[in-house]
Amino acid sequence: MKDQLEPLAQPSSPKDLFVAFTALALQGFGGVLAVAQRVLCEQKRWLTKEQFLEILAIGQVLPGPNVCNVALMVGDRFFGWRGAFAALAGMMAVPLAIVLLVTAVYAQYALQPAVAGALKGMGAVAAGLIVGTALKLAAALRVNPMGLGVCIGFIGLALVGVALLRWPLVWVLLGLGSLAWAFAWRRLRAVPGARADGP
Amino acid sequence: MLPAIDWLALFGHFLLLSLLAIGGAITVAPDMHRVMVDQMGLLTDAQFSASIAIAQASPGPNVLFVAVMGYQAAGLPGAAVTLFGIMLPSTTLALAAARWGHARRDWRAVQAFKAGMAPLVIGLLFATGWILSSETAGWRHGLLTLAAAVLIWRTRVHLLLLIAAGAVLGGAGWV
Repeated sequence: MKDQLEPLAQPSSPKDLFVAFTALALQGFGGVLAVAQRVLCEQKRWLTKEQFLEILAIGQVLPGPNVCNVALMVGDRFFGWRGAFAALAGMMAVPLAIVLLVTAVYAQYALQPAVAGALKGMGAVAAGLIVGTALKLAAALRVNPMGLGVCIGFIGLALVGVALLRWPLVWVLLGLGSLAWAFAWRRLRAVPGARADGP
Repeated sequence: MLPAIDWLALFGHFLLLSLLAIGGAITVAPDMHRVMVDQMGLLTDAQFSASIAIAQASPGPNVLFVAVMGYQAAGLPGAAVTLFGIMLPSTTLALAAARWGHARRDWRAVQAFKAGMAPLVIGLLFATGWILSSETAGWRHGLLTLAAAVLIWRTRVHLLLLIAAGAVLGGAGWV
């Protein structure tokens, strides 16, 4: 809870956004999400965990790469479309140049067992970073109007549906999403009325 | 060099896939395979898989695998066509949706949407980690994933240090 009470900072200019997103994208091997959460919420303090989770939720529901949607929305929040463009360009420009260079030299080393092994090890860590980020963001659920128990239930359903039953993501988002939406809607209505009617 | 009609077909196809890519560009990779490998013959199977592996091992968003595919198919113009195609519709939509939601952030429906989606987003992150680590068999691989998860959750150890440790352990043949 301490995190959310501390004052938040702001980027000073679109250029500040561009530099920050370039720096965080360059640290993101095997996915940028873990780095984005750490830099935006913990180092820069531009967003609280709740705000990050909200933006990520919109980024997940909409089509397109999640972290790019997050960059756009964060940039837009501070500096309108100029900020959105700066953040997205920061996220993409330098990494694009690097990945094309890597592609150009990759063919010569692809068959080395040490290279293949290193890729595998990095993949294992990248999966761990995503799980660790989920554990951190879960702290924000303590203030969720649905209550912690219901939230844990929805986490379990989404995990089982996508990871074990391999349901298509669209159906998970539409099905569980509308259920959770309706439940949260009822809870939000119940809260102000509860004072008058008793619990 | 590709004929103009093929450039147009490729661009149009990626524009369409952009709007279908809920959960990220990787979710429509099977359809990219259908078009670029099976239909148009622009890439081999090996080039297709290598594109995804290269992008995941490089810094930056994973969507860059799309640019690697375009690059391997038709050089820099190919990379530009596939990357712009996959990004343009989804970014426009994301920006419009974010503004719409932010302007109505006091609406109960918008607040309920945010509250309801939050646990699902976290569940999806757990699922992504699960799928990524279960694709490769072996308990040591799983243990490395678990150790990285606990370290990122509980400590402030630098992320690059963790990735480097994974590369060293993997390169030495431990995972």
